[in-house]
Amino acid sequence: MTRSTTELVATAEDRRIARYAAAAIVLTVAETAIPSPLPGVKPGLANIVTLVVLARHGWVDAAWVTLLRVVASSLLLGQFLAPGFFLSLAGAVASLAALALVARLPARWFGPVGMSVIAAFAHVAGQMSLARVWLVPHDGMFLLTPVFATAALVFGAVNGLAAARLLADDDSGDKALERARRNLEAASRGA
Amino acid sequence: MIDWLRFIRPGDWAVLAGAAMLVSASWSLITSAGPAQKALVRANGRLVAELPLTAKRVVEVAGPLGVTRIEVDAGRARVASDPGPRQYCVKQGWLTIPDAMAICAPNQVSLTLVGRSSRYDTVNY
Repeated sequence: MTRSTTELVATAEDRRIARYAAAAIVLTVAETAIPSPLPGVKPGLANIVTLVVLARHGWVDAAWVTLLRVVASSLLLGQFLAPGFFLSLAGAVASLAALALVARLPARWFGPVGMSVIAAFAHVAGQMSLARVWLVPHDGMFLLTPVFATAALVFGAVNGLAAARLLADDDSGDKALERARRNLEAASRGA
Repeated sequence: MIDWLRFIRPGDWAVLAGAAMLVSASWSLITSAGPAQKALVRANGRLVAELPLTAKRVVEVAGPLGVTRIEVDAGRARVASDPGPRQYCVKQGWLTIPDAMAICAPNQVSLTLVGRSSRYDTVNY
């Protein structure tokens, strides 16, 4: 057998994205166990991961993690290239586009909760647009708008709070690190 | 106990308020047609009865296969019985929302509820 002449090297960044994507995939797969009254109404817990990655590592990483999650979880659930996959993808693309814009808002005023709610509404809008154009070519589908909008508000807020809670630990971690560094400096000066 | 409110920044409150307004607007738009007020019964495409959904009433309509019985109640109506082979219109049960429709195609009878305004100009089948 000929040895491959190309070598794929996974950088530290690749591994980091893979770890986050794995966490998001686990949340997506686990959440399918939650019964839903209407297809498409689900918590979208994996978006917590997207928000955390967005805050820690920026939009590009968040987009990677989200798109990897959509593709990989659809493979795991046997939904790859099925209508549900395209609906997830449309929602993910729309919410990433929205996040690209709102991530520029001042952090003092807008945190994960606001971003999460905006992304959730963008997700529903993207999903419903695709469904209207492709799956349900009838305006009757828009009768479901209030249901999806309510779900977006509730789950968007809850996911945002979860992300904010996780990120709050980051901040205290940073502060602890800062304190340790200052102590070390003080100790070395004293020596 | 975690103080969750401290995670919500001023702009986030604005986003939440805007989103809540969108949600309530979407609900009120959907329900703006109001409750169903009348039941229209058609046979062979012609309107044969227009019944207010205020009191209990039973109407019998003759079609090519036999008699279809339409039952009207306060705020709702249904096809109580129909001679059609598959009974789709009967199985639909009580209709309650405006523009809801039960069609007994074999017997050429249909039952439609209407509210203050209709979302459709016409429905064909």
